[in-house]
Amino acid sequence: MAVIRDVMPAFELFQPATIDDALNLLDKHGSEAWVMAGGLDSFDWLKDRIKRPSVVVDLSQIKELTGVKEWNGGIEIGAMTTLTDVVRNPIVKEKFSILATGAESAASPQIRNQGTIGGNVSQDTRCWYYRSGWKCYRAGGNTCFADTPTAINREHAIMGASRCVAVNPSDSAPALIALDAKMVIRNKSGERVVDAENYFIGPALDIRRMTVLLPGDLLVAIRIPSTWAGAKFYFEKVRDRPVWDFPLVNIAAAMKVNGDNIESIRMAVNGVAAHPVRLTAVEASLVGKPRNAASADAAGQLAIQGAEPLRHNGYKVPLLRNLVKRAIRGVEEAKWA
Amino acid sequence: MTDTKVTRRNAIKGVIAAGAVSSAGYLFRTNTVMGQSSAPGSVERLITLEVNGTTRRVDVMKQETLAMTLRYKLGLTGTKLGCDRAECGACTVLIDDVPHYSCSVLTHTARGKKIQTVEGLASADGKLHPVQQGVVEEQGFQCAFCMSGFLMATVGFLKTNPNPTRQEMAHGVSGNLCRCQDYDKILTALMRGAELSRSA
Repeated sequence: MAVIRDVMPAFELFQPATIDDALNLLDKHGSEAWVMAGGLDSFDWLKDRIKRPSVVVDLSQIKELTGVKEWNGGIEIGAMTTLTDVVRNPIVKEKFSILATGAESAASPQIRNQGTIGGNVSQDTRCWYYRSGWKCYRAGGNTCFADTPTAINREHAIMGASRCVAVNPSDSAPALIALDAKMVIRNKSGERVVDAENYFIGPALDIRRMTVLLPGDLLVAIRIPSTWAGAKFYFEKVRDRPVWDFPLVNIAAAMKVNGDNIESIRMAVNGVAAHPVRLTAVEASLVGKPRNAASADAAGQLAIQGAEPLRHNGYKVPLLRNLVKRAIRGVEEAKWA
Repeated sequence: MTDTKVTRRNAIKGVIAAGAVSSAGYLFRTNTVMGQSSAPGSVERLITLEVNGTTRRVDVMKQETLAMTLRYKLGLTGTKLGCDRAECGACTVLIDDVPHYSCSVLTHTARGKKIQTVEGLASADGKLHPVQQGVVEEQGFQCAFCMSGFLMATVGFLKTNPNPTRQEMAHGVSGNLCRCQDYDKILTALMRGAELSRSA
């Protein structure tokens, strides 16, 4: 890590100006093509020479992929819109502030100025064994180096593991799931729309991928329906340093209340599994319940059902439980226990 | 008679001239090579950059980062390479007034954009930028390897928030590390710079 080795190995670079040109290039080069958005994830792979694509398709020149526009009462965010532009967008701030809070908590100012919302949700895991080029399951091998008795796995998964115990590092993903966002994916043969919670996949489904994107696919936009506009939001990210670091655990919740009672709620966490986890059982248990300590405690307990920590990440279990409690009751009322 | 005679000297001259032509070939390459148009989105090696208000023609590799081009092709060594991994901020430059880690930008992406490095902060007559002046007045840095990155991050941040609180300034430059851990003095200097910028 962090060794300067002069320049990256050579690759053929394409900077198409339109989505159609990009799709043609992806179609032509198939699995040889590396899709690059902001580049913050890509450059680590390329500089470390762990991944050696022969063709890089840089999306930075495609103007139709940037910007936030109104859509059906909600908004449509171009996949190449930078996190900074998402955070500063007045509609996002006013109606979907949880996304602004989530995006603002990612990385550092310079990275947010360049990193895109599409890249943030499509980035690869940060498991250091995998990123360092160890031939693990995810890299096509037959071992998980993070799940051995001596492994350093403080930041790895406590649930949803299947051979691989890596986690999804995105901060905007749980916010998008809480907002019931739709991912618009395009390839040469057409367009499909996938719910945000189904956009991410775990190792049981495909151990080589983090999302449903296949070679030739391009995430072009993210649509946020008006359903949760102006709801009660809660976002919290726990990490070691307040800048740069990926979440140890983060949580996003959107809630509608009727007096003291919870009318409806959506809640998602990240940093606990290979994909962001929507806590559907917790949501179901809370509907119609009063927003009090008893409901929050029960919800916290429910959230950690089935958690299987590794040697060094047991702390994530109470952390997840308490974040769920805080999301329901607010920071002040939740007791750390 | 001597004009047409093949001498060793003339033969060498000829070889040199031919070499110059073939190696300069890429200078005149356009999107159509030998009548064939290249694929949409393919990029040229020789590109034009606008750096510190000056137009610079430069030959860059496809995989070259802006930090490499600035330092080793254009000689602008004020931009430092710390980690080369978007994790320290020493290489921060402004692209269209927005702070970026130049180690993590392909030079080709910066075509047609306004690039500003620390060398472009002072005016032509040598008068320091107000933020630089603030650093001089408050003696903000110890070893100062991180300084040019901090200066560029601050100048970019002040364009979006010209009157920040100390807290806001700290957040604005939170993408820059100082291994001397001199943050308190750095912040004091940058806040002085912000003050000078407002009165400039």
